[in-house]
Amino acid sequence: MQSSAKKTRLHLGANSLNPKGLYWIWFMIPALAFYVVFMAYPMLESLRLSFFTGNYGNRVFVGFSNFIKLFSDSDHSERFFNAFKNTAIFFAVHMLVQNVLGIVFAVLLTNTHMRGRKIYQTIIFVPTTFAVLVTGYLWKLLLSPVWSKPFLTGMGLGALAKPWLGMESTALLFVSLVSCWQWIGIPTMMFVAALRNISEDIYEAAYIDGATGWQVFWGIKLPLLKPIIGMITILTFVNNFNAFDIVFAMENVNGAPGYSTDLIGTLFYRLGIAGQHPIGIPDPGMGAAVSTLIFIMLAIVSILILRRTETKG
Amino acid sequence: MHAGSHAVLILWSAIVIFPLYIMVINSFKDRLSIYKDTFNLPKIWHISNYTDVLSSGDFMRYFLNSFIAVIVSLALVVILGTLASYALAQWRGRWSTFLHFFFMAGMMLPIKIASIKLLEIIRILGLLNSVWALIPIYVAMGLPIAVFVLTEFIRQIPKDLLEAALIDGCGRLGILKKIVAPLLRPAIATVAIYNLIPFWNDLWFPLIFISDEKSKTLLLGVTRLFGQYQTDWSKVLAVLTLSSLPVLTLYLLFSKHFIKGMTSGAIKG
Repeated sequence: MQSSAKKTRLHLGANSLNPKGLYWIWFMIPALAFYVVFMAYPMLESLRLSFFTGNYGNRVFVGFSNFIKLFSDSDHSERFFNAFKNTAIFFAVHMLVQNVLGIVFAVLLTNTHMRGRKIYQTIIFVPTTFAVLVTGYLWKLLLSPVWSKPFLTGMGLGALAKPWLGMESTALLFVSLVSCWQWIGIPTMMFVAALRNISEDIYEAAYIDGATGWQVFWGIKLPLLKPIIGMITILTFVNNFNAFDIVFAMENVNGAPGYSTDLIGTLFYRLGIAGQHPIGIPDPGMGAAVSTLIFIMLAIVSILILRRTETKG
Repeated sequence: MHAGSHAVLILWSAIVIFPLYIMVINSFKDRLSIYKDTFNLPKIWHISNYTDVLSSGDFMRYFLNSFIAVIVSLALVVILGTLASYALAQWRGRWSTFLHFFFMAGMMLPIKIASIKLLEIIRILGLLNSVWALIPIYVAMGLPIAVFVLTEFIRQIPKDLLEAALIDGCGRLGILKKIVAPLLRPAIATVAIYNLIPFWNDLWFPLIFISDEKSKTLLLGVTRLFGQYQTDWSKVLAVLTLSSLPVLTLYLLFSKHFIKGMTSGAIKG
């Protein structure tokens, strides 16, 4: 009885011009199944697991002790705050180099009468199609003194041929710059798209009134780009707090030399997945605690940035 | 005119192209001449680096594994995404708004932070060390952007067109197949391109799920070969060149679509 009633409703739904959820949900079930089982559920579970210790099967609730360990236990906290600081520097370099150059390139590329724009765009975007791993390996070889020395000595710059990736003071900077080299095409093209949406008339009017190129940039273009700057900041932030491949390729999962390139991403890998040196046993609870902190940070920063850059009206 | 602009852009273009040039030309040199004569085209073009890498057999298997994972995932993202978007675009109600929002949340959150639990799920499903472990995860990763792009697109199709077909006796699935799907082609291309790069270039999930040689993906293979050929850089460069060739070729053929696809929906990098 019940099933036949359901069938009739489904049938009616299918033929009516405005069927209800009971009908449409069938179209969504396959996508929802994948999305829930492999994204929503594990993400929520990873948050919950931050309050537990041990592996699947013999898990014990420990309250906030994973977080307390991360913040105050001498071994863990040193690594955690170091990774946090390095990730902040990594992010700062991306903001200053990748995103500032992105704006510069976008402004140059939207000069309507310039020739060769398409070619420049294509070239700037090329590295984004490479795997981070490949980019990292390639630059690791290029920056190695074995290669850079003969080249730079030939140019009279032999002093510059140093093992930049092997020195604690410079490794993180060079890793960050290589990452900027790779991703600069994304902000560039997003700024290009945003600048194209701004009506030409606005600049024309400003130029007729005697404004200089710089004044137009600071006074008109930059304020109009504010929402997209916010978007790109969030994007950069999300990607930087996830970054792992670049350090894996150019240094190693320990963030060599001397943990100077250890990011939140590599710390997460060691704590939760691979196990810390020298014990080598992963602690899912600690890993989950790190991912919970990443989650909280992303949420807070995204909301703050969206609030600040939202255009009114 | 624009001399300054050209100077800046040419300088950056050189910074982009120079490493790639070094990579490609030195992959055709022999082991020692890459140190003595790094910057010139090879005097003799050695293809032995490539034939060695390709004939070892491993490389082709890595390539095939990646290819299977990416193609199956992309197909599932497109098919399941289209079905879900078709429903979301037409079903108006509290629940559809919620489900739409639910999918969108996945665009802001990096799936990597779910890794701890995903590792357990994959282990329980018995998919550890199999290339099939990657597929459901890539599908879950790709669905939010697919739903986002495709729902918007289907909403722009005139309702009259769909209703007329319905009155003519065409079923909802028939309408999807005969009317909606052909119109969706450009949007589907955007979705496929947007997801192709993160799927193909993903190192993280293969790294945490797969340690078995048979099931390694291309990038995992590259990490192995990078270690193995450490003292033979020309071979390393051949491996790097070969591994980036497929996507690079597609990019150079369809650069406009790639740039549009990767930046228009770019909530993620």
